[in-house]
Amino acid sequence: MRGTTVRLGAGAGFAGDRIDPAVDLARRGGLDFLIFECLGERTVAAAHARRLSDPSTGYDPLLAARLRAVLPHTHRGGTRVVTNSGAANPEAAGELAARVAAELGVPSRIAVVGGDDVLDIVRRVDPVVWETDAPLSACPEELISANAYLGAAPVVEALEQGADVIVTGRLADPALFLGPLVHTYGWDADDWELLGAGTAVGHLLECAGQLTGGYFADPGTKPVPDLARLGFPFADVAADGTAELRKLADTGGRLDTRTCAEQLLYEVDDPTAYLTPDVVADFSEVTFTGTGENRVRVSGASGRPRPDQLKVSLGFRGGWLGEGQISYAGPRALDRARLAADVVRERLVRVHGVDESAIRVEYIGAGAAFRGLVVDPQPFEVRLRVSARVPEPDQAEVIGWEVESLYTNGPAAGGGVTRTTRETVVVRSCLLPRQLVTPFVHLLEA
Amino acid sequence: MSTVLLDDLADVRAGDKGDALMLSVFPRDPADADLLSTHLTAEVVARHFGAAVTGPVTRTVLPRLPAFVFAIPGVLAGGVTGSTVLDGHGKTLSYHLLTLELPIRPTTEGESI
Repeated sequence: MRGTTVRLGAGAGFAGDRIDPAVDLARRGGLDFLIFECLGERTVAAAHARRLSDPSTGYDPLLAARLRAVLPHTHRGGTRVVTNSGAANPEAAGELAARVAAELGVPSRIAVVGGDDVLDIVRRVDPVVWETDAPLSACPEELISANAYLGAAPVVEALEQGADVIVTGRLADPALFLGPLVHTYGWDADDWELLGAGTAVGHLLECAGQLTGGYFADPGTKPVPDLARLGFPFADVAADGTAELRKLADTGGRLDTRTCAEQLLYEVDDPTAYLTPDVVADFSEVTFTGTGENRVRVSGASGRPRPDQLKVSLGFRGGWLGEGQISYAGPRALDRARLAADVVRERLVRVHGVDESAIRVEYIGAGAAFRGLVVDPQPFEVRLRVSARVPEPDQAEVIGWEVESLYTNGPAAGGGVTRTTRETVVVRSCLLPRQLVTPFVHLLEA
Repeated sequence: MSTVLLDDLADVRAGDKGDALMLSVFPRDPADADLLSTHLTAEVVARHFGAAVTGPVTRTVLPRLPAFVFAIPGVLAGGVTGSTVLDGHGKTLSYHLLTLELPIRPTTEGESI
């Protein structure tokens, strides 16, 4: 049953997500809107770091590939595309989108949504940082980015101006989905019930494959058919905010009340108050009802008035991460890995002057993932990982170097060394009064 | 007293919010919700994560799904961007909760708890 519903498809759930499931949806999903959610807290700060070293970058590196793959299909099907792939540089991302559309011969109206960059404003206002409970100016690290979470309003404005492709920076993930719903149904900006319901749909779709069996599959307790061909979800949303969640026939994965329940609560600390720029959504009364194979009806979400302040993600230069790994296996594997760690630690401190408190040692295979809560005293094989975040790249480089030099100077039978060095960002959060943040929409024709 | 593993009764999904690990617990059989409500308390979960926990663990009960949401502060010390640990998100830690033993007599065929 269509015609009385609007169909939203999830094309990506994170910056590095697969492209072929989105192409499948664009080609035969009959979508009204295809949404690519490509921005995590860390992604936007890392994108700012890239932009600082090359001003032409700072958007999702996969943006061109995604658009090249889907635009011919979305153009044919009258599907409009919304994405936050603009990350730290929505203007450049918009221009890239226009170039890709021109190359493909797909006439498009591209909208760039900006105004999320509030670096100058936070420097002036000096808000309290959540993580440190002290003013921003007291953070010792260099602040490189500040991005406010925008709501659905600029997406609605862009759609009203006829945009086919909307590229944003930091916008709240569910707002990417709420925008098309508000545009389609003309929901009022203070109809908290409907905005809460639309936000629930957006939240369910925003991680794409996590609704259809990704991050869910367990061969023992939660088998998922044909996981390699995982289909991304779409939703048929009615004017009252209820929706039917679905995936395409002949795709892998599963979509049922269990996958939906898990995703509803994903990264939600208070299900009665899910804070977004548009509404404080309440998921506590949500119910899922199976309506057919891979079809689930969602209803019961509601909402209360939106917060007066907007959350801001702050990005700081976090120094350099140096890392090295080496494997030991068989008798006394963990003993040899521990000896190796002692050697590396001693040399990093004594020979290279690395701050000992910055050095972290993990024994992968002996319980490292559980952070020492459980240790297997006799693993068959263990991979030693030594890492540290240090101020300078050359100091980060010696972490992996000292692990590598275990080959000829360390315990018996160490093999398979890998080493990396990379710059890091630290992300923290604060609030800004919403009247200090001014979203804008800028149109490009291609 | 005999015990049952949480892994035998429920699914768990992990998410992160800063330093806090978020764990959502879903009884596989909704009929087990009361049992989990009694035994899977915030205190029990806090004890299972031991010294890594830096503040009170909170539990939110969602009877309609049914589900339980635990916020466990401090476990992700530094969060995904602040720590050099391999799994900064703590995504693997949902399966640590599944290893929790609950003081419940295991059911056998035809017997109710």
